[in-house]
Amino acid sequence: MVAEPVFTPVNLITGFLGSGKTTLLQRLLGDPALADTAVLINEFGEVGLDHYLLERIDDTMVLLQSGCLCCTIRGELSAAIRDLHSKRERGTVPRFRRLVVESTGLADPFPILSTVQADPVLRHHFRLGNVITTVDAVNGMAQLARQPECTKQVAVADRLVLTKTDLTDGPTTEALTARLRRLNPSAPLWRSEAPLDAAALLAHDLFATAGRSDAARRWFAAEMALRERAGTHDRNRHDETIHAFALTFDGSLDWTLFGLWLTMLLNRHGERVLRVKGILNVAGTDAPVAIHGVQHLVHPPVHMAAWPDADHRSHLVFIVDGIERVLIERSLQAFLGLPSRSLAAA
Amino acid sequence: MCALCGVLGGSGHWTDAAARPGVFTRNGDGLQRRRERAHRIACASGVLKFYGLTLSDWQASSFVLSTATGKTELVEDLGHLWATAEKLLGRPCDPLDPDLIVRLEAHGG
Repeated sequence: MVAEPVFTPVNLITGFLGSGKTTLLQRLLGDPALADTAVLINEFGEVGLDHYLLERIDDTMVLLQSGCLCCTIRGELSAAIRDLHSKRERGTVPRFRRLVVESTGLADPFPILSTVQADPVLRHHFRLGNVITTVDAVNGMAQLARQPECTKQVAVADRLVLTKTDLTDGPTTEALTARLRRLNPSAPLWRSEAPLDAAALLAHDLFATAGRSDAARRWFAAEMALRERAGTHDRNRHDETIHAFALTFDGSLDWTLFGLWLTMLLNRHGERVLRVKGILNVAGTDAPVAIHGVQHLVHPPVHMAAWPDADHRSHLVFIVDGIERVLIERSLQAFLGLPSRSLAAA
Repeated sequence: MCALCGVLGGSGHWTDAAARPGVFTRNGDGLQRRRERAHRIACASGVLKFYGLTLSDWQASSFVLSTATGKTELVEDLGHLWATAEKLLGRPCDPLDPDLIVRLEAHGG
């Protein structure tokens, strides 16, 4: 029997240019609980400044020299993480227990996430942790309106941090918060002037907490509010093509049919399915199975310890760009209605 | 660029997750794994037939996807199934296609 591999969580800190990623990172790394964290940053845009600020924080830091952390240098990110892993195994850097990657403001977060999950070496040693997105309270609304990358960064976030709230007025912040809530109803939102709980931001992710009895409730808390409104008209303004909605399915569902459907959906429409998150009642299992995906990438499904409440139906929350809810619901129903010859549940 | 490009070595797809603590998988023991493969072929065939495609097992390690005229490709896992099907067909396989949904609904009835 091979010993269980230890998966080092990888957190991504993303956010538009000037939204305070580095400041946030600096504050988080000051927390003693995160002392054994390695950091990968990218110099693009904020050359020198990032370096100057972060240089003294951690000597395991590796600077990525070539601009943008997108598809084209995915290999370089992969090489940088492999190098860190190799050095850790050889004992030439301290045994870090967490890795934080700070992306450039212009980066689409997806290729960075896919690097960790798809790389044949990395995926045996690392796993994805929370994605933290910073949003500038002063410029956030304008950036969301004009920059598709900004909207995507918000939609894929597991945690949102609203920065520079001391530089703007209450109504502006409230309007931005409401907009963020529509784009991503599930991510807990912090204001940067408040004390930051580094563990809650970085460490409390689905995989780490799945065994705890309150995990499903905490993980799915925001979706529970959304599902209450599932029957009501909660389509956003017509000029917003990115919208979130919740679907509920009675009874247990066939895992294979569901997998077949989601794989087919993501193959064709993955770029427009910004996020899918769900608690599923899978035929043949007592506890719920949590599913969590960002575009083409789906995390390994997680066994939750228990149902969050007496409601044992399957719930799925989607954040999509320009896909009608009714089509997704009808398509999934049609797949789940296929004869499944429930061999797997036998 | 999609996440699937970099997949080499197999069993990396989420529907087929490697058995480890906390992860839900139907890839546990040998019997369950073979049962799941048979089930997977049965389920996939229920959709693929609307495209004139058939899927069968190959050595319990891959799948064989074929058109009615005999064009054939090996498919490693579900992650590659639909991309390969589209390549063989030369057209998209869209689960949101209203015609497909109507036919599936009639079939599932």
